[in-house]
Amino acid sequence: MINYEDFINDKIKQVKPSGIRKFFDIAVEMDNVISLSIGEPDFQTPWHIREAGITTLEKGKTWYTPNRGFAELRSEIAKYYKRRFNVSYNSDTDVIVTVGGSEAIDLVFRTLVNEGDEVLIPEPAFVCYTPLTYMAGGTPVIIETKAENNFRLTREELLGAITEKTKLLVLPFPNNPTGAIMEREDLEAIADIIIENDLMVISDEIYGELTYGGKNHVSVAEIDGLKERTVVVSGFSKAYAMTGWRLGYALGPEPVISEITKLHQYGIMSAPTTAQYAAIEALRNGDEDVLEMRRDYDIRRRLIVGKLNEIGLTCFEPLGAFYTFPCIKSTGLTSDEFATRLVKEKRVAVVPGTAFGDSGEGFVRISYAQSLKNIKKALKRIEEFVEELKNESKG
Amino acid sequence: MDKLLEILSENSSFTSKELALMLGEPEDYINAQIKEYEQSGVIKGYQAIVDWEKVPDAGVTAIIELKVTPKRETGFDEIARTIMAFEEVSSMYLMAGAFDFSVMVKGASMQDVASFVARKISCVDGIKATATHFMLKTYKVGGLSLVDDEEGDGRSMVL
Repeated sequence: MINYEDFINDKIKQVKPSGIRKFFDIAVEMDNVISLSIGEPDFQTPWHIREAGITTLEKGKTWYTPNRGFAELRSEIAKYYKRRFNVSYNSDTDVIVTVGGSEAIDLVFRTLVNEGDEVLIPEPAFVCYTPLTYMAGGTPVIIETKAENNFRLTREELLGAITEKTKLLVLPFPNNPTGAIMEREDLEAIADIIIENDLMVISDEIYGELTYGGKNHVSVAEIDGLKERTVVVSGFSKAYAMTGWRLGYALGPEPVISEITKLHQYGIMSAPTTAQYAAIEALRNGDEDVLEMRRDYDIRRRLIVGKLNEIGLTCFEPLGAFYTFPCIKSTGLTSDEFATRLVKEKRVAVVPGTAFGDSGEGFVRISYAQSLKNIKKALKRIEEFVEELKNESKG
Repeated sequence: MDKLLEILSENSSFTSKELALMLGEPEDYINAQIKEYEQSGVIKGYQAIVDWEKVPDAGVTAIIELKVTPKRETGFDEIARTIMAFEEVSSMYLMAGAFDFSVMVKGASMQDVASFVARKISCVDGIKATATHFMLKTYKVGGLSLVDDEEGDGRSMVL
């Protein structure tokens, strides 16, 4: 008998599976479940973008691309960041195209982190930063952002977490799962701390196109003195509804990007070719599609936030991504109990806040990447659920 | 396009309070806007979208193409008014192309529709030719897919 335990890497054994999955698994076994738990757009990739991919397949353009991605695509990405977020990058040296934003995140950690380096991770946050930091040999240091600060990272919180081992700060804004954003003044408030403590920043801007209430996303790289300390990670998945194409990118200082390129070269070679052709079309002619999807998300966002507050699940106004993060403490249930009972009793799947870090206790993540029709139905069911809980506690 | 009309045209069951939330406008404004649309005839009415295939004995639907000779004074309108007045007709359009009118007709059976075409429509003054097409399956109506539910949500949980 082989004892596989002996063969498996010690670190990977310590990595916990994602907590989001559990609820999805419960939900798939039941009929008639409305899922507000999924973290990807319900829209399909706009047709002209799909067509651009199809055309290159028809022409037989099925080879690898250059390691860093097509020069044409890198040039469009650089133009796009200048146009939308006012940050200039040299497309020859500062840009690498990756397999989704996720690969880029992994590469940044593995390129920057040495054994024992501390990586600051504001939570609640997307689930990948902690395990990937750990696998890269770093020590994840969690900063718990607070509901009363609208889940933004404050100066005090950042200062309190820095030690002489701190090397890297993760800035996951617009935030999954809270929907929080960091505005210009929020970023300016932490800029001097980053510079004085000689930190690098990885800014996960995958939701950068999805901001609401007239707030445009501000990249931390646009703040004075921070561009040279920041690696921006983003991609096409959320903005253009292109999750399945698996295409993202990293933007940063040339010395970092060129080291990242080595890893990417050995591990991946090049990001998917068809997707790269489609992405060129997305960046050239997709602005209108993004606007249209953002408008639709905004309508859903307003409906959900308004209704949740009315139902008594208080919800700060999320200004980014496509998630709301209501507080469920008034029900007397834990996040886990709330999500489990909601899906079992009312057939609505949401994700407990604790899947995104301990600080998510007392909250659930509700995604509005779902049709208005289903959102309306789901809200009705949530309302019934909360009513029944109230009666239960009275009885 | 007007977002209010867009939302209502897809789903008219939202309350004015919900519409106000979604569009970030006061409820009074939404009510006034809807009233104005109704009065000016932009909004003609509200209907349920029915999947008739799920209703027993719901009968059949046919689309009838008509070629007509327009009248000297009134053009196509007079003939249209005569035909649209039949209760069997559920919708009717004037078309550009190989024929003039497209008329949607509901009947209890194919026999029923055939006899309606032969005895009523064909006898209307000015009708030159008819072609009757029976509908076999409805995929999408009023912007709503009637078949999506069978396939379900194609998205997977990845994390």
